[in-house]
Amino acid sequence: MKDKKRKPSEEDCPWGFERPQFTREMKETHTILCPDIFPIHMRLVTEIFKMYGYRVEILRSRGRQVIQRGLEQVHNDMCYPAICMCGQQIDALTSGKYDPHKVALIQFQTGGGCRASNYIWMLRKALHNMGFDYVPVLSLSFSKVEKHSGFRITPMMMVKGLIAILYGDMMMLLKNQVKPYEQNPGDTDAVMDKWYAKLADEMKHNRGLFGRALSKNLRAMAEDFHNIPRNAVKKTKVGIVGEIYVKYSAFGNNGLEEFLASQGCEYMVPGVFPFFQYMFDCHLTERDLYGDGSRRGTLLSRIGAWVGAKLEKRFQKALEPYPEFVRPGTFRELRERGEKLLGRGVNMGEGWLLPAEIAELVEKGYTNIICVQPFGCLPNHIVGKGVVRTIRNTYPHANICPVDYDAGASKVNQENRIKLMLALTEEEDG
Amino acid sequence: MKRLGIDIGSTTIKCVVLSDAGEVLYSSYDRHRAKIVSCMTELLQTVADRFPGEEMAVAVSGSAGMGIANDLGIPFVQEVWATRLAVKKLRPETDTVIELGGEDAKILFLSETMEVRMNGSCAGGTGAFIDQMAALMGVTPDEMNELSKKSERTYTIASRCGVFAKSDVQPLINQGAKREDIAASIFLAVVNQTVAGLAQGREITGRVLYLGGPLTFLPGLRDAFDSTLRVQGVCPDNSLYYVAMGAAMSHTAEPYLPASLSRLTASYVSKSGYLGCEPLFKNEEELAAFRRRHANDTGNIHRVDTPVGDLCLGIDAGSTTVKAVLVDRDGNLFHPLYTSNGGNPVPILKDYLTELYRAYPDIRIVSSAVTGYGEQLVRAAFGCDMGIVETVAHYTAAARFCPEVDFIIDIGGQDIKCFQIRGGAIDSIYLNEACSSGCGSFLQTFSSLLGDTPASFAERALHADAPVDLGSRCTVFMNSSVKQAQKDGASVENIAAGLAISVVKNALYKVIRCANPAALGEHIVVQGGTFLSDAVLRAFERETGRECLRPEVAGLMGAYGAALWAQKHQPKESTLIDAAGLASFRHEVKALTCGGCENHCCLTVNTFGQGGKFIAGNRCEKPVRGAAATEHYDLYAFKQSLLDAYRENRREDGKPTVGIPMGLNLYELLPFWYTLFRYLGYNVHVSGPSSHALHVRGQHTIPSDTVCYPAKLLHGHMEDLIHAGVDMIFYPSMTYNLDEGRGKNHYNCPVVAYYPRVLGANVKFPPEVRYIDGFVGIHNRREFPRHFVRMMAENGVKLDLARVKAASDAAYAEYASYMNRVREEGKRYLAIAREKHLPVIVLAGRPYHIDGEINHGIPRLICDLGAVVVSEDAVAADVPRFDTTVLNQWTYHARLYAAARAVRDEKELTMNLVQLVSFGCGVDAITSDETRAILESGGKLYTQIKIDEITNLGAVKIRLRSLFAVTGEQKETAEK
Repeated sequence: MKDKKRKPSEEDCPWGFERPQFTREMKETHTILCPDIFPIHMRLVTEIFKMYGYRVEILRSRGRQVIQRGLEQVHNDMCYPAICMCGQQIDALTSGKYDPHKVALIQFQTGGGCRASNYIWMLRKALHNMGFDYVPVLSLSFSKVEKHSGFRITPMMMVKGLIAILYGDMMMLLKNQVKPYEQNPGDTDAVMDKWYAKLADEMKHNRGLFGRALSKNLRAMAEDFHNIPRNAVKKTKVGIVGEIYVKYSAFGNNGLEEFLASQGCEYMVPGVFPFFQYMFDCHLTERDLYGDGSRRGTLLSRIGAWVGAKLEKRFQKALEPYPEFVRPGTFRELRERGEKLLGRGVNMGEGWLLPAEIAELVEKGYTNIICVQPFGCLPNHIVGKGVVRTIRNTYPHANICPVDYDAGASKVNQENRIKLMLALTEEEDG
Repeated sequence: MKRLGIDIGSTTIKCVVLSDAGEVLYSSYDRHRAKIVSCMTELLQTVADRFPGEEMAVAVSGSAGMGIANDLGIPFVQEVWATRLAVKKLRPETDTVIELGGEDAKILFLSETMEVRMNGSCAGGTGAFIDQMAALMGVTPDEMNELSKKSERTYTIASRCGVFAKSDVQPLINQGAKREDIAASIFLAVVNQTVAGLAQGREITGRVLYLGGPLTFLPGLRDAFDSTLRVQGVCPDNSLYYVAMGAAMSHTAEPYLPASLSRLTASYVSKSGYLGCEPLFKNEEELAAFRRRHANDTGNIHRVDTPVGDLCLGIDAGSTTVKAVLVDRDGNLFHPLYTSNGGNPVPILKDYLTELYRAYPDIRIVSSAVTGYGEQLVRAAFGCDMGIVETVAHYTAAARFCPEVDFIIDIGGQDIKCFQIRGGAIDSIYLNEACSSGCGSFLQTFSSLLGDTPASFAERALHADAPVDLGSRCTVFMNSSVKQAQKDGASVENIAAGLAISVVKNALYKVIRCANPAALGEHIVVQGGTFLSDAVLRAFERETGRECLRPEVAGLMGAYGAALWAQKHQPKESTLIDAAGLASFRHEVKALTCGGCENHCCLTVNTFGQGGKFIAGNRCEKPVRGAAATEHYDLYAFKQSLLDAYRENRREDGKPTVGIPMGLNLYELLPFWYTLFRYLGYNVHVSGPSSHALHVRGQHTIPSDTVCYPAKLLHGHMEDLIHAGVDMIFYPSMTYNLDEGRGKNHYNCPVVAYYPRVLGANVKFPPEVRYIDGFVGIHNRREFPRHFVRMMAENGVKLDLARVKAASDAAYAEYASYMNRVREEGKRYLAIAREKHLPVIVLAGRPYHIDGEINHGIPRLICDLGAVVVSEDAVAADVPRFDTTVLNQWTYHARLYAAARAVRDEKELTMNLVQLVSFGCGVDAITSDETRAILESGGKLYTQIKIDEITNLGAVKIRLRSLFAVTGEQKETAEK
């Protein structure tokens, strides 16, 4: 085990290939192409990258062709998110819109025992097969980042990134609760746009990221949404949980949010921030359960958890004056629910976080739950379909509808299933 | 006001008119053949004529009705919901409703907490499935129903997906199993699919109501449900119309005049368009040029009408068709036969030969060979001189037309076979895995669905202007895509062309998994019945960018190749049956259960007039050859026998008993946990051997129907332990496996890691049995005892830390010793192989693949083919650490890569690797490509076998025989 850090050599892996570095010079010349994940949040996170001199572009391409690209180049039986995300990047490379010698690709990595930790490797293989060996592939991750001389995520960048995500969560939370009820269509979007612009500008000048400025912004945001005139109508409340990509990406979930809006629902999607807290917590869990982890790793995770808790507090506080908005629970509460429903040690994919989120949504009045998952997702056998029974026993009024997403799944079938769930709600309502 | 409900399902359209009092005044049931708009218009007109001028409250329901209802603003009622409304009103005492439709299956639990279930993205076990199976058997569904009543036994047929089931039924038909038994088995598969897929942990009990077409029309199916569920279900009046009635009863229905509604639908055009791609031919000139080019493909080989000289016979008994042909000295073809096998090739070939001898009494057939699924059956029946594996037959034929051929693709009725030729030998072989999408039968199914013949369907595709982009997916998914396209206004031409393109894409990207189609080869020969369609050929040429050769006899190539082979390897005297023999030809089929081993295979015994005998259904050669004829070197069996030592289940009085389920990672960790608990003073009871029956016992508690079969089996093992009188059941959750230092991490896959939790959440444990599924980490040896004691205490079992420490030392030692014994024995086998010059197959799987119910006797099959079988861990041990191009982070898969590396670097032995892959194993999407890359970088072949609940060993045999044929050839070439 001593040779764990040995460098790869030609002799070692004759079927292998070079993995090009993202050099310091490339920072000037290369555009980093990022798949469309967390639509609201990534708009803000890219601002952080810009702050540090990187050129990042989020790919917005859609359609069958993107999927087809993914299916061709990534293994067909690979998870749907990999097909979508790699498909977008490969599609961009071959579109003629970019000079392939002037781009790098980035993938978001969670690590862990799920297949998702292999996305980046699959992408590299695909690039190799297509003759794009020279395109650097970067990973965006909080643990075990591969070294690239020109691409470094400093601890400060990480914290700022987390803050951007916190902002994103706040915007998403408020938008979801206001938009279905707005009296003048377009009001909510206008407020969203205002805040995108404001936050981008502040971040550019390194403002609004910490302490009171952060709290003030969060509060002002809530105030702005609070001031949007709303109708006092009753709408069916739906919670969306599931695999992290298809949950947020309209491309991945066939426009689920749009469909729900058309059916007269108010939907809630849990925030991204807790997912990061969950990732820090996983390290600590393994220490508690198995005695794993180095002292340094434990310390870093503790710091991460502590920072997370601090930021979370500001988030909660900002919402206090506006009791009309449903406030998410704290991470600690989430973890207790997860422990009860599934066990803290389950931490591949969404792990215990998924049932915990379902429980929280149900308790906050979102009794209709759509659990989205890529067809054949391994963790979802456990944390999705596997716990539905436990949740039903704990919350008999929860109305859970698992929906599979896949290159071959038809939108009509998915919507039909959701309609059934909504029909069941009507009965309960009378 | 009267109420009108319309139910537009996937295949049929139903309507009811209810009176104010809720009586049914009128009802109708028609197949809509995807022409939904015109059917609905007609239907409304009929209603309007029948009840002139009357306004009615109208609502639409059904999976295919949503789009049109939404667009026209007619109230839509979700169909499960409609059923619910109708049942509540008409049969309020019902506990459970089972409703099967054309493409969907539903269960409604009404008593206590109401739950509804619909099938997900899989249409297995529905009306469409039954229709398909009936078509396969060449009967109508009604006849199938009649047949099922006379069954004597049932076979197990994969119930997960219609496509897989098909590949189980086909061999049964080919092996000559009785149609009565097959019919009953199909119904049973439907029942199992419904129960396993939809019940999801809730038992079906009480008063059961059967609704929908299949359950209404097929009493045999109802009986199958009754006997499996041990209930007495009822199929009520109007069982076809519950959805329509529910729609009519819905309070959301709105008043309309049917006549005006009919006018509204008549002018309806779907709003959404469909996604089109480039046409196959831009204009008629292009088409003409294409046809001219292919007219010359056959070269100087001709069909002859009179037999001249010595002839050789080639037969290809394929999965759905029988092909036969005779060749003369110059390779010309004579008297070809190409016909559907109608479920049994024997009578067809008998007629063919009889006719041949009658028409040409002087014919001289000097040699004969048979290939294909039915090889052994046909050989036994007619005394053919030799049998050859299909891949070899096809290559032989292709090389005749194009000696420099370097890539052959054959798309037949149910299989896709592709192989690359390098240096005159077959190099890589690609076969489709148990999934028959994208093959001939697939196109046939769709052409008949759209009311056309395959030939005219293919012709129409050539004239498409904007083929539908359907992607490349499973037939079942394709079904809904095609329907969607129809709704979106795609013409039959464009659908036909879209399907042809999809067949090609499926083959290229799913079966061959090629990234760059242009790199397949320079000289491509296409063959197989499916390529007789110009549309498919054109799509293939376009996708690969190569001009291919399609011999005129593309559909006959297997038979032609067999005939050429027979010619090359002519026996002194042919044993082929003669005219006299045919006159007295008899064929009898008997079914029995083999008692040779614990597998208890269901055998079909075919006996023929002249004493020929053919046994099918066996997983090993024992019933065929009698007791094991040769010695077997099978490391899988050795591992089993080592584990048996821990499974004696002896109990000492006064000691508590811990139950351990034999599944997934416990297959390897049993020595560890057994030793640990024995040391701590427990009796250990290990669950019994896996079997299909065991699976069925637990299948009602499976929450996710797409999880792998090894995981599903655990539900049965739990039931077994619950009834074994144990005090507790121990099945720990383990994120990490032991670190063998081969990869960047040492995880278990998510299913192996956390399946204990799924069982805990879904299996009903009686109060007296404690279930312990806590988290343990044996990878951290130093910390393990302390955390184990804590975890057990949390589960109410107090243990002494010092004792646990000592026990864990013993456990680690026992585990190491077990692994070591496996490795040593593996080394011994390799030494024997070296000494006796035997080929070696490294059968690489995961520890649980040694379970006979999971591997379906494949290790034994390989032994029977004359090879030594060792497992991945036996050869992986001595491989030094190396880098991979994927993230190497799972312990079991790190062994797989290491084994591949060992095979790659082996120079002395004839050693090949065969990877066992369980269906639904997502991790293998990553591992299979990497394993292939490792092997191919060293010039070795990669062979993969996908296994599931049921596995068609026929296909496995082809794969293995091809592998041996190739390695044999390679060796010959090398020796030259």
